Amino acid sequence: MIKQFCFCVFVCCIYTTTIAQNCKYSLKGKITDFHDNSTIVGASIQIENSNRFTTTNFDGEFEFKNICKGKYTLIVKHIACETKRISIFVNKNTYKDIFLEHHIEELNNIEVKADIKTEKTSIETTLEKTVLEDFSDKSLGDALNTISGVSSLNTGSTIVKPMINGLHSSRLLIINNNVRMFDQEWGEEHAPNIDVNASGRIDVIKGANTLKYGSDAIGGLILIQPERYASKDSIFGSTSASFNSNGLGGNINTEVVKTYKSGFYAKLQSNYKQFGDFKAPDYYLTNTGLKNFNASVAVGKNGYEKGFNAFYSFVSNEFAILQSSHIGNVNDLVNAINSKEPRVKESFSYNINFPRQSITHHLGRIEAYKRFKDLGKLSVQYDFQVNRRKEFDSRRGDRSNTPVVDLRLFTNSIQSNFHINYFENFKINTGLLVRYQQNDAVTGTGTKPLIPDFVKYDFGVYTTGSYNLSDTSELSAGFRYDFSRIKARKRYNVTDWNETYNYDELFPEFETGTIDGVKILTKPKFTFHNISASLGYTKKFENNLSLFINYGLASRIPNPSELFSDGLHHSAARIETGLLTMKKEVANKFAISLEKQNDNFGFVIGPYYKHINGFIQLIPKGITTTIRGAFPVWEYEQTNANIFGIDIDVNKKISESFNYNGQVSLIQGNNLLEDIPLIHMPSTNFGNTITYRNQKLNQLSISLHQNTVLQQDKFPNYNFFTFNPITQKDVFVDISSTPAAYTLFNIQTSAVFKAFKKGDLKIAFNINNLFNVSYRNYLNRFRYFTDELGRNFNIKIKLNY
Amino acid sequence: MKTIKTMKTMKTIKLLALLVVTSIAFTSCSKDDNGPENEEELITNVTYTLTNGNNVVTLAFEDLDGEGGKAGTYSISGPLKANTTYTGVIKLENKTEKPAEDITLEVKKENDEHEFFYTSSISGITIKKTDVDRNNNPLGIKSTLTTAAAGSGSITIILKHKPKKPNSGKASEAGGSTDVEVAFKNVTIK
Repeated sequence: MIKQFCFCVFVCCIYTTTIAQNCKYSLKGKITDFHDNSTIVGASIQIENSNRFTTTNFDGEFEFKNICKGKYTLIVKHIACETKRISIFVNKNTYKDIFLEHHIEELNNIEVKADIKTEKTSIETTLEKTVLEDFSDKSLGDALNTISGVSSLNTGSTIVKPMINGLHSSRLLIINNNVRMFDQEWGEEHAPNIDVNASGRIDVIKGANTLKYGSDAIGGLILIQPERYASKDSIFGSTSASFNSNGLGGNINTEVVKTYKSGFYAKLQSNYKQFGDFKAPDYYLTNTGLKNFNASVAVGKNGYEKGFNAFYSFVSNEFAILQSSHIGNVNDLVNAINSKEPRVKESFSYNINFPRQSITHHLGRIEAYKRFKDLGKLSVQYDFQVNRRKEFDSRRGDRSNTPVVDLRLFTNSIQSNFHINYFENFKINTGLLVRYQQNDAVTGTGTKPLIPDFVKYDFGVYTTGSYNLSDTSELSAGFRYDFSRIKARKRYNVTDWNETYNYDELFPEFETGTIDGVKILTKPKFTFHNISASLGYTKKFENNLSLFINYGLASRIPNPSELFSDGLHHSAARIETGLLTMKKEVANKFAISLEKQNDNFGFVIGPYYKHINGFIQLIPKGITTTIRGAFPVWEYEQTNANIFGIDIDVNKKISESFNYNGQVSLIQGNNLLEDIPLIHMPSTNFGNTITYRNQKLNQLSISLHQNTVLQQDKFPNYNFFTFNPITQKDVFVDISSTPAAYTLFNIQTSAVFKAFKKGDLKIAFNINNLFNVSYRNYLNRFRYFTDELGRNFNIKIKLNY
Repeated sequence: MKTIKTMKTMKTIKLLALLVVTSIAFTSCSKDDNGPENEEELITNVTYTLTNGNNVVTLAFEDLDGEGGKAGTYSISGPLKANTTYTGVIKLENKTEKPAEDITLEVKKENDEHEFFYTSSISGITIKKTDVDRNNNPLGIKSTLTTAAAGSGSITIILKHKPKKPNSGKASEAGGSTDVEVAFKNVTIK
């Protein structure tokens, strides 16, 4: 009551002051479209807190007469436009140009955009949120594995590295929320620290057009994109839970989103996952569980003219590593290979023992953008990442709790992008990047650091342009230059420095002269200049048929492990050695894709060819004797390589409720200098899926999926003999032979039920490896030690509210 | 209007300043550039001392620069006598530290997680472990070595970490991971 009274008094006061003034001014203006400068007819303009309205005429103009001196707020509205509020001060006859944006609807909802490619001329495949939900308790690599031509390099069943057309690690750019991931991607057992649940969609770009993010996408690009929300007042969220029989664990994920009409939004998400020991068909895989906690927060304001967004995510991963993989020397490895079963087979447990990995990853970014009338959109972004990786091994004494590898990688980038749409048929993106990275080999591990301390500076500039040749065809081209400098600080064994690698003659400038005991302190410094380019062409034909042609020139500088690795990797029982003599890799990539997008019958046929000069690979290079006995030495070496293959996808509607999907991937990689196949190339694989859907029956969906991986018969033979002092005989170390072919069947079912007033409940039930097949995978580093996972029953419940 | 803009600019500057400070803070936590390198925990020396009265024979392995670098060296102080029983003791050391660290003490402390294995290609030789761990399983820091007729061949000493215990007595069947595997090739018995 008192409030109302106060309000009345307030209004009266304003009214009195208003009429007391001189009201002879006019307020005129013109409303035009921000985007194309066309006049906007029939827009309504209201003076706030008054009943004075007007509309624009055919020239987009409007006028209010007899306006008093004072400050006003105009509310400008037009169909399909963002409503705009403008403050204006009137003390004379006033004229104001006002711009409205027609295209706000484009921004609002991801669903609108779902079929649209991120880059029109590039060869890309998208995983939608609904598909990602199936992988809520799996890793990024597992989710991507469903795309033809994408496989994974595994360390056990939980550490999964994505592989595009046979290439992995630092040859793939993983872009998470517009931030290039730097989570020590250099090692084969370093999985990307990404929570699938935090993403809205994932694009895999196999072809060119990746220059915005870097010059080194020899394998391709994985773009992890957040969801976008409509500008309306709303609050919604979801909670999902899953449980798996294999590993007796699962995942809980929860997210809440609040959006406002003004364009503000905020999202909170968090996720916890835990598994115990997984099981192969015949035995438990002792020490293979995991614990994983992720949280992310995003806030921002979506506006057409300007806006900002900020994102922070924290990922904490604790991976147990198969105990049987911790072996002492090459004879232990031979025993493991010959025994066909893991050495340690205990009963189920949730314990995470040794060896294990403990990784945390912080990622933060802030971006702001502004559109300039008739010119384009400028965005500027700052991001940082801190990755801490600790690897623990079974050690003597009470040292098991001290990591053998303890690395902290800190990355800091500022980048800008200017999207110029001044020309009608010609769009340009240009930008620059400055990055500072620092690796800290944390002391106190009691081991030789596998990767030394280093700092790295990057600077890059790029320009890409796309030109509409006609309504049905588009041409794009791009160019990028990158400068990188790496400065490291590392102690070498004097004998290795002077004799084994001859570095005293090759790199005398790196020596500091400090020698303590058997170690020499060195300060290696490298500078690289990289040039990359891309060319893309797309043409749409009738019948939803489109053709994409891509060419890309990509250069990748050697990563720190390829330059500096020096030491024992326990879980692989091998000594890995990088070489300071590594040069950059230069790749020429050609890819074509013919696609037909149709529900009744569609297909994608994508052949590709890559020629890579200076291809860096890690291969067995003989053995070295240590106090533990003989170890295989894996050394990085450079060769010239080519990789070619074809990915085919087909979908066919059999009847109203039955759909068929098929996939085939063929790939071959050759080491051209030695005329042998490349190591760790995926073998031919194909899959078929039949899906039954019934919208009326609670959106019931049942699908049967078959996947066959043939034996890789094209592999390099790096086998060797070693002397076994126990048996006093030479033994054959078969580290090259590939496992047999296998076929797996999976069943997926799901249904959606109404819950509460407006929420819905989705229940899914899946069976993986239906027939409990025992098999080994060539691309799993643990294939020497154990079979892959056996049958798994999985149940998922998701509640949207 | 203008003040609002200035405020916004100020905010942006403040934010950027905060980010820069944060990054400096992160960067400056890194360790001193000239700080000491990790102390490496190595086993550089294995010494098997065989004693029979005044007759002492040592089998010694040394690799002072660890993995890589120079290969380890083997030395045998002299021939063993035929038809003789020696008492043997193993000593593991890290001689990169001063004074040298006795790693045998760690093995003793965790005796249930360790076991030495001895094999030889010399005919008639027997090597028996004479000590036990806390569970009464063989350990092998102490042993007896009995020779038969004259001859020559190799003696191999293996230390397994976390082997299956009890086991068949053969290193190849005991599992675990190998911490030490040294093979003395030209042991002679006169």
